[in-house]
Amino acid sequence: MHLTSDDVVVWHYGFVKLNLTILTTWVLMLILVGGSALMTRKLSDGIRISRWQSFLEILVTFFLQQFEEVGLPNPARYLPYLATLFLFIAIANLCTVVPGYEPPTGSLSTTAALALSVLIAVPLYGIRERGLGNFLQSYLKPTVIMLPFNIISEFSRTLALAVRLFGNMMSGAMILAILLTIAPLVFPLLMSILGLLTGMVQAYIFCILATVYIAAATRTRDEETV
Amino acid sequence: MDILSIIAVASIITAGLTTGIGCIAPALGEGRAIASALTSLAQQPDASATITRTLFVGLAMIESVAIYCLVISMILIFANPFWNYVIAHAGGH
Repeated sequence: MHLTSDDVVVWHYGFVKLNLTILTTWVLMLILVGGSALMTRKLSDGIRISRWQSFLEILVTFFLQQFEEVGLPNPARYLPYLATLFLFIAIANLCTVVPGYEPPTGSLSTTAALALSVLIAVPLYGIRERGLGNFLQSYLKPTVIMLPFNIISEFSRTLALAVRLFGNMMSGAMILAILLTIAPLVFPLLMSILGLLTGMVQAYIFCILATVYIAAATRTRDEETV
Repeated sequence: MDILSIIAVASIITAGLTTGIGCIAPALGEGRAIASALTSLAQQPDASATITRTLFVGLAMIESVAIYCLVISMILIFANPFWNYVIAHAGGH
């Protein structure tokens, strides 16, 4: 029994190793990008729109509304990044219904990469929205004493993001594997249904937390007083 | 006992204790969170969307504490670094 799909090496040449996590991620990327390209091929702004277009419009409207409610002003600017995070994690977690599939989110390297992208994106958006000096000053609030704690919180919440997603997906797969050995009839089915729910909730949580961090970093001073 | 059995015994007992004890506090916390969310829902059904979303985010945050404990248990059982170290050195001699 292996802990993560990192341990399964599909192909290696010299020191270059291609493990199952990377392979699954590439396949998922292909599905997402190809699917989006197919769906957006025939967009129209007329009255009659295709089914796929209305599906995409529902998704986009839902995301925009959710981000607005969490407190992100002007959510359309951040939609590409945040919605991509959600779609990738959600598809990666939902594909566990396919037999033999191992979610790439059940490996710490994938979730750490996703969390690192949040760690980088938050200051970038903050600087773009508020300017460098103004953004750096936010680390000195409420007092200068809080500077180290503000910096520590940046890293600790990145660690928390990564380990939370990894732990949830890995434990789901692990519980399923253990149940298959001790009670293989009905219980694995129930647990995999629960795993699908957990996967969706975790994708939502990851996305919403990234939204909250970006919202906190981009909030300008006149909005803070309101 | 030789060094290998000591590591095995310590890892197994610690793995069980970590998840066992580490799940108590998040369980209490989640219970309190859901109880107050239900109270708020009964008082203000109109705000159900906001309350439910905040509840889910909060529950995931609390739950991650239990997940950290589970990760440590899993590492101790399935990918124990001390065990691997001793095994590697025993194989070297």
